[in-house]
Amino acid sequence: MAENHTVEQHSLPPNPEKATLEGKNKYMGFWFFLGGEVVLFASLFGTYLGLRNSTAGGPGPSDLFHLDLVFIMTMLLLTSSLTSVFAIISMKRGNYKGLLAWMWVTVLLGLGFLGFEIYEFWDYTVNYELGFTTSAFSSAFYTLVGTHGAHVTFGIGWIIVLLIRYAKTGLTLTNAPKFYTATLYWHFIDVVWVFIFTVVYLMGIGG
Amino acid sequence: MADHGMDPSAPLTGEPSKNTKRKLRKEVKTQIIGFVLALFLTSISFISIASDAIPASFAIPFIFMLAVIQVVLQLYIFMHLNDRGNAWPNAMIWSAVVVAIPSVAALMLLLGITKW
Repeated sequence: MAENHTVEQHSLPPNPEKATLEGKNKYMGFWFFLGGEVVLFASLFGTYLGLRNSTAGGPGPSDLFHLDLVFIMTMLLLTSSLTSVFAIISMKRGNYKGLLAWMWVTVLLGLGFLGFEIYEFWDYTVNYELGFTTSAFSSAFYTLVGTHGAHVTFGIGWIIVLLIRYAKTGLTLTNAPKFYTATLYWHFIDVVWVFIFTVVYLMGIGG
Repeated sequence: MADHGMDPSAPLTGEPSKNTKRKLRKEVKTQIIGFVLALFLTSISFISIASDAIPASFAIPFIFMLAVIQVVLQLYIFMHLNDRGNAWPNAMIWSAVVVAIPSVAALMLLLGITKW
């Protein structure tokens, strides 16, 4: 084929995130990473379940947790999972602006979640005097929920970096797998949260 | 990276095929149904703990079951684990679950009951 110096253009494949070998490898490699993350969170859940009654005279789950706050946080994260799904559907339709817009909505919902979590931790440390070293329960609680919060923070940072870096490039075979793996990470954060609101908050209030 | 001479940084143009468009319309419906189911399962969980009518001995195993259903639903609908060509992602996640369950059980017993 003759060398041409105009910008090459490709037609949109049905799954642009898996159209190149690099994209396929990223996709599979990311699932391997998520397998490791499952085991990381399992160890933190196991520790929390073992230590959740060891409050050492400090405040315990039923003194601290407010179901209304946790419900709002759950709704924010669940909705952000749906908006990131819409982002990927826009991508597959070739609607790059739609992809960027839905990803921004996802980021905003994630920031809302993070804001509530920071407020929650602030409330516990200041108003209930539950420090990290107050009891075995407090250490296990802050480690488990804090590790999840760190994942949310990292996910928000990751998506914002992609949104800025690729604001003007249009959809390419290079950035499609990057957006796709970022949404997988985001869904995984929501999956972990399902167990957190059940095991930590609902079980903490209910018995 | 030489994928048959394609430049991966070239913008992708054009529209998806009619078949893909049809699939994507169906996909939107599937995802919204998945979201509504997740909302429903979440709300039932919160209600069964918030209401005093349901005894804790029933509510705790019940909400745990709802969480497992919701996680499987999210893995297979939002994260598309059931799509074709996803054998390795499935293998990886389910191997992780096989490692995770005894980890949780062991830590619960060692820290919560045996106390080292």
